[in-house]
Amino acid sequence: MTQANKITGAEIVIKALIDQGVDTVFGYPGGAILPIYDELFQQKKIKHILVRHEQAATHAAEGYARSTGKIGVVFVTSGPGATNSVTGLTDALMDSVPIVVISGQVPTFMIGNDAFQEADTVGITRPCTKHNWLVKDTNKLAETIHKAFEVAGTGRPGPVLVDVPKDVQFASGCYTKKNEINKTFIKKEPSIDLNMLDEAINRLELAERPIIYSGGGVINSGQSAVNSLRNLVAGTNFPITSTLMGLGSYPASGKNWLGMLGMHGTYEANMSMHGCDFMLCIGARFDDRITGRIDAFSPNSYKVHIDIDPSSINKNITVEAPLIGDVSHILRTLTTRWKERGSKIKKKKLETWWKSINDWKAVKSLGYENSSNVIKPQYAVQRLEELTKSYNRFVSTEVGQHQMWAAQFMGFEEPNRWMTSGGLGTMGYGFPASIGIQIAHPNSLVINVAGEASWLMNMQELGTAVQYRLPVKQFILNNERLGMVRQWQELLHGERYSHSWSDALPDFVKLAEAYGVKGIRCEDPTNLDDCIREMIDYPGPVIFDCLVEKHENCFPMIPSGKAHNEMILGEQTEDNRISDDGAVLV
Amino acid sequence: MSLKLKKGVNKQSAYNLRDPNLDYEAAHTLSIIVDNESGVLARVIGLFSGRGYNIDSLTVAEVDPNGHRSRITIVTTGTPKVVNQIKAQLNRMVPVHKVIDLTLKGKAVQRELAIFKVVGTGNQRVESLRLADVFRAKVVDSTLKSFTFELTGTSEKIDAFAELMAPLGLNEIARTGIVALLRGDNSS
Ligand SMILES: Cc1ncc(C[n+]2csc(CCOP(=O)(O)OP(=O)(O)O)c2C)c(N)n1
Ligand SMILES: [Mg+2]
Repeated sequence: MTQANKITGAEIVIKALIDQGVDTVFGYPGGAILPIYDELFQQKKIKHILVRHEQAATHAAEGYARSTGKIGVVFVTSGPGATNSVTGLTDALMDSVPIVVISGQVPTFMIGNDAFQEADTVGITRPCTKHNWLVKDTNKLAETIHKAFEVAGTGRPGPVLVDVPKDVQFASGCYTKKNEINKTFIKKEPSIDLNMLDEAINRLELAERPIIYSGGGVINSGQSAVNSLRNLVAGTNFPITSTLMGLGSYPASGKNWLGMLGMHGTYEANMSMHGCDFMLCIGARFDDRITGRIDAFSPNSYKVHIDIDPSSINKNITVEAPLIGDVSHILRTLTTRWKERGSKIKKKKLETWWKSINDWKAVKSLGYENSSNVIKPQYAVQRLEELTKSYNRFVSTEVGQHQMWAAQFMGFEEPNRWMTSGGLGTMGYGFPASIGIQIAHPNSLVINVAGEASWLMNMQELGTAVQYRLPVKQFILNNERLGMVRQWQELLHGERYSHSWSDALPDFVKLAEAYGVKGIRCEDPTNLDDCIREMIDYPGPVIFDCLVEKHENCFPMIPSGKAHNEMILGEQTEDNRISDDGAVLV
Repeated sequence: MSLKLKKGVNKQSAYNLRDPNLDYEAAHTLSIIVDNESGVLARVIGLFSGRGYNIDSLTVAEVDPNGHRSRITIVTTGTPKVVNQIKAQLNRMVPVHKVIDLTLKGKAVQRELAIFKVVGTGNQRVESLRLADVFRAKVVDSTLKSFTFELTGTSEKIDAFAELMAPLGLNEIARTGIVALLRGDNSS
């Protein structure tokens, strides 16, 4: 290649992103990434969203990625820019969200000298990325960026980071096209273990008390996995429950739906998990929020586990039939073979099983005592659901009680409509995520169901919402408490409420006005519907300050260290006190 | 269904029907082929420290200069469940090409190299040289008051030699950690 064919590293970055089909980048500039920002300025294909904090850029990219199935892209500068992205990278790693972070770095000849805004970015982000790279040669830059996209998007998706020193951005080098890179680094998916699959089908056919437990992997696998799952449920008439990450893969209105399972899951979902004799786990990972006490988890079931990541198999729970591979591929093969063999199920036994499940349903574990003078948080979410479900709607959440109430009371008919921080439980996730979602879906109704404390963690993003005219609705369940912490202190720490007050809260309506957006306060249940309608109808960002009951607890709950069949359904009694063993768990 | 056999039964036994997830710990020698790129060792070690796995021994060097591949040999201790996790986690890493569990694969040659400095005079000095001869250790340096021995062998052999040298003026030891390959004509 002649000198004339060479372009600068900064140009290579932009060209590679365009080559990858990127149209949106979330970021924040600084000294070490200025050459790339300069290139950004001189082109029209990529839209850059200037956030107000790099953590928010990563969460916005996550919201963008999870609501579209595409890869989210972030630009940050060296040092503090890069360290601010660490929470978002970790969040994306835990929830398998594909994002690519491109960070500026001090020039190669200054690395190691404690230069201004130098941080060991690849060192810091090594454990919180699927992979990361420090690029020291401009000629390798394009190839590395293309590799980064491959790694982020293939197999079990996840975050990656490419660290680009400033001299590499300035220097000239050759461009490598997306389809010219050597792909041998991509892990091959193993072929399906057909013997294991047939054994799983044998058990499925003989199952008397089956359950399907699905997770975020179904959504990551894509629409065809979702369709296969729905076909399988329809074909077998098996009950289905999902993890927090899996909501929407099976429609909430579907007749086999048991609601979410786990720590704050429904009674019917958890009792079915406990009592089943056949469990089909699809794209979920037996997280501790799901299993409760490990040695008492679903003691009498034959377990099939479909997962693309071999390290998820037998990590927490030992299963009889691991099936490693892409959910959509395995589910399709499983369903086809099961049909070829005559679509057999134990129909009579299944009817009996459904009878027990219906008895559990009749317990109405999501019930709560409503009030006519104070807004119950559950009621607020129910009304929000009722008044928005007919819209083309996307929902994000923060982390806490409100998150669990949203998961319990909102219904998702389609995948990619529900964005929440599951594995890491990151307060401050929801607002920036809602921004990323709205950027990807400008004409949809995007709501962040928030707690006041979480929301404050990234409230600076109001500026971003205003600047880009993003009509995101911030529905804050304001209990003036770190509600989930307060609940644990009540149940586990003798009602000693150590620092779980949200003191010195701002006036959210005035805060909205300070940014020129709409603020709505609602404290009377009789006004709630009107206020929610006002929020929906307003054509811009809204902060909805919903003053709710301050001491409401989120039930049902499997206390730490207890089994699925030891759920607490309502307020505390002596015998559902959490044991000392349980108290050390988180 | 698992038969309740005694813990730690011989894994070569024909009656090996024991639950693979029994909670007894065993040492495993893992041979890991990786890209020889910067940070790769940090990634592997970070995995072990981050997830609370043990490293009993670790060696690394480039073994294929053309392909820029290194072989990392790690001896780790864990229950079968933990060792399976370790292997699965290692296999997920982008620069990792192959993870071979030499302990499960069959018989492996395992060697370690050690250098011993033994300081002494008179009978002690003579005795150390005599024992070195028995162990086929080489003298690689000496002064009038000391010998420096080089010894290659299994870790047990090196432990044994160290024990014998201790009363004879053993002053310092440097050990490489284990390197290992499968026996036979197959590559692993
Ligand atoms: C960044 C971060 N810090 C701390 C926590 C621990 N934590 C979990 S829920 C919670 C309280 C959240 O309060 P709020 O956002 O008001 O929600 P609520 O539970 O009141 O609905 C806290 C502090 C966390 N999840 N994330
Ligand atoms: Mg709160």
